[in-house]
Amino acid sequence: MLKPINILLVGVGGQGTILATRVLAKAAQDAGYDIKVSEIKGMAQRGGSVVTQVRLGEKVYSPIISQGGADVILAFEKMEALRWLSYLKPDGHMIVNDQAIPPVPVLTGAAVYPTDCLARVKQAATHTIVVDALNIAIGCGNPRAANVVLIGLLARRLPIAKDTWLQALQARVPEKFLDVNLKAFEKGYAL
Amino acid sequence: MKELLSGNAAIARGAYEAGVTVGAGYPGTPSTEILENFAKYPDIYAQWSPNEKVALEVGAGASIAGARVLVTMKHVGVNVAADPLFTLAYTGVNGGLLLVSADDPGMHSSQNEQDNRFYALMNKIPCLEPADSQEAKDMVGLGLDISEQFDTPVMLRLTTRVSHSQSFVELKEPGPRTLRPYSKDPLKYVMVPAHGRLRRVFLEERTARLKEYSENCPVNFIEWGDRSLGVITSGISYHYVKEVLPRASVLKLGLTNPLPEKLIRAFAAGVAQILVIEELEPFLELQIRALGIAAKGKELLPSYGELSPALMADRLSKAGFPVAREYLAAAAAGQEAAGEPLPGRPPVMCAGCPHRGVFYTLKKLKLIVSGDIGCYTLGSLSPLSAMDTCICMGASIGAALGMEKANPELARRTVAVIGDSTFLHSGVTGLMDVVYNGGTSTVLILDNRTTAMTGHQENPATGTTLLGKPAPEVDLAAVARAVGVNRVRTVDPMNLAELERAVKEEVAAPEPSVIIVRRPCMLLKKNTAAQPVAVDKETCVNCGMCLQLGCPAISRREGKAHITAIQCNGCGLCIQVCKKGALTKRGDENA
Repeated sequence: MLKPINILLVGVGGQGTILATRVLAKAAQDAGYDIKVSEIKGMAQRGGSVVTQVRLGEKVYSPIISQGGADVILAFEKMEALRWLSYLKPDGHMIVNDQAIPPVPVLTGAAVYPTDCLARVKQAATHTIVVDALNIAIGCGNPRAANVVLIGLLARRLPIAKDTWLQALQARVPEKFLDVNLKAFEKGYAL
Repeated sequence: MKELLSGNAAIARGAYEAGVTVGAGYPGTPSTEILENFAKYPDIYAQWSPNEKVALEVGAGASIAGARVLVTMKHVGVNVAADPLFTLAYTGVNGGLLLVSADDPGMHSSQNEQDNRFYALMNKIPCLEPADSQEAKDMVGLGLDISEQFDTPVMLRLTTRVSHSQSFVELKEPGPRTLRPYSKDPLKYVMVPAHGRLRRVFLEERTARLKEYSENCPVNFIEWGDRSLGVITSGISYHYVKEVLPRASVLKLGLTNPLPEKLIRAFAAGVAQILVIEELEPFLELQIRALGIAAKGKELLPSYGELSPALMADRLSKAGFPVAREYLAAAAAGQEAAGEPLPGRPPVMCAGCPHRGVFYTLKKLKLIVSGDIGCYTLGSLSPLSAMDTCICMGASIGAALGMEKANPELARRTVAVIGDSTFLHSGVTGLMDVVYNGGTSTVLILDNRTTAMTGHQENPATGTTLLGKPAPEVDLAAVARAVGVNRVRTVDPMNLAELERAVKEEVAAPEPSVIIVRRPCMLLKKNTAAQPVAVDKETCVNCGMCLQLGCPAISRREGKAHITAIQCNGCGLCIQVCKKGALTKRGDENA
């Protein structure tokens, strides 16, 4: 039996990780995989750390991914990439959005946002891709589509056909935002 | 048809398919989405009750009237509903009644992590524990069948991981929904002592029959593997066992109260040693050991927090158990990133949140704040740090009265802070106590017109029901007056001067006061047209006053205050705290 593919999506409340997870789950479902998704929302809307875990394979038991167990980490924010780095397999792929969202302890001056997030991530994870998803999304017409730029990057690296991804986007993205999100997906997919 | 559903959505679907026509509950993470999903199905009735006790009482009545019933709450909600539950266990049911208790191991969003399986044991009612969404859906129908067959309420015990994880569920067409006939039966439903004694005997008979049923119940099953190790497990732990100990023999228990004694003995006889793997308390382990079966469990795994495959692999491999190689490798590889520890990212009140000004003011006035449960509990976090206690739903008012009674000097320095939904849940009784027993507490009811923390549910003061129908709004000021509070006033928390004046005056008054602090949750009515605040860099002296609001839109850049325009909701609170007039809505500023 093939081992499941483990994907961790990490970010900050409000960045669209939940929609990204739903697109990924839909694509994996249509591609015929068994799936488990763990989505602890808790206080996500209140600006806390958000992590969702997606596992796909022939047969998946546990919905959660262990430290050192993620094949891919899709990080929507660069300090969160560093925070979850220990979950990446030694040969795993890290996809990082080059965006910093300072948490309140940093805003109030009680803590300092590390300046070397990307350097530390790159040093530990050999397969690291850094992308300015926010600016690409703005170029597509809506900064909120940054999540789908990242999904585009992920899509190229998973054994799921591109058409399946496009159908998943159509199924999960509200119609009035579909055009901008399809554009954002293509930009990400081309990277 | 197969659909990817969360455990909570699967339960709602299960209730719909099993012919449930009445659903009641009170919102609480991780249970909330069950009733929200159930309410979307056709031809059913669903409601939010003011609290879990009332929800279960509504459920009891609906069951006695002949309907199949779903009652939902988080684990601590069962404490509130425990009073009707302990006697409902005696009366039994007419239509099947399923009580969903969503426990929260790891306390993702709870004040404690009690293991509610013990409620089932103590009440002598069946307890079902699903491991994934398919089981969650199936156990709704099974639980209702058990409920009707054995004349008992049934507990369906979830955990956060089951509630909030998604997996595939096979959907079926809904079955028939017929009301059972109602008949008057005082010996069964009027629990006076003479009748209660009869039902007490019935409880023992029922438990004996349930034990027998448990032996052959399809959700209790053995998967034979390597006979050198037998694992007894339940709930989400089952999936962790399948990954971490893939070769072990497994007894998976879905009906965990009462336990199938013969099945457990047969399993134990078939393996060389027994390991019990369960989250939280040693609920299964204690009972298995009481059977005289040598079993290991909590000596290896913690009785607090969530279990995980990694944690299990670590502890079990150290104890010499044959852990799957990939988990051993993962445990070794999972090293922390080198370098300085990272700043935390705690949840925070949203930009524009109406609670922010309240806690800013309470901190400024150096008051003791008896707090409560809701978004406003975030007022306890830095930099506001303006909360002294938070115990349970509704506790703020009683605790404030207790402080005053213990030390009258605290009376003029203490306030209770409670939300609208929480006040209606169980704060109003505390307020009565203040008036009745001569307290002088000042109670701030933070009326943001919704039950915000759990995702904006309606409540008796919002004017709408769960099914979206208009409803009369509870008049909070009139309630306060009706219980005997003479000093009742309403203020807008976005007017800091008015708020501060009101708090000072009411705290000084030697009699009970209620201040209704009213402003809808910013997320409910987002003012998209509001102009963001701008900083005049010339005027800003970098005093940091605005940063003390803990607003996610405000930071310091190059020695000056900085407002991130896309985050700012233009509430204007920071303009009011700036002593230099450096913050204005004059113009725009790029993020």
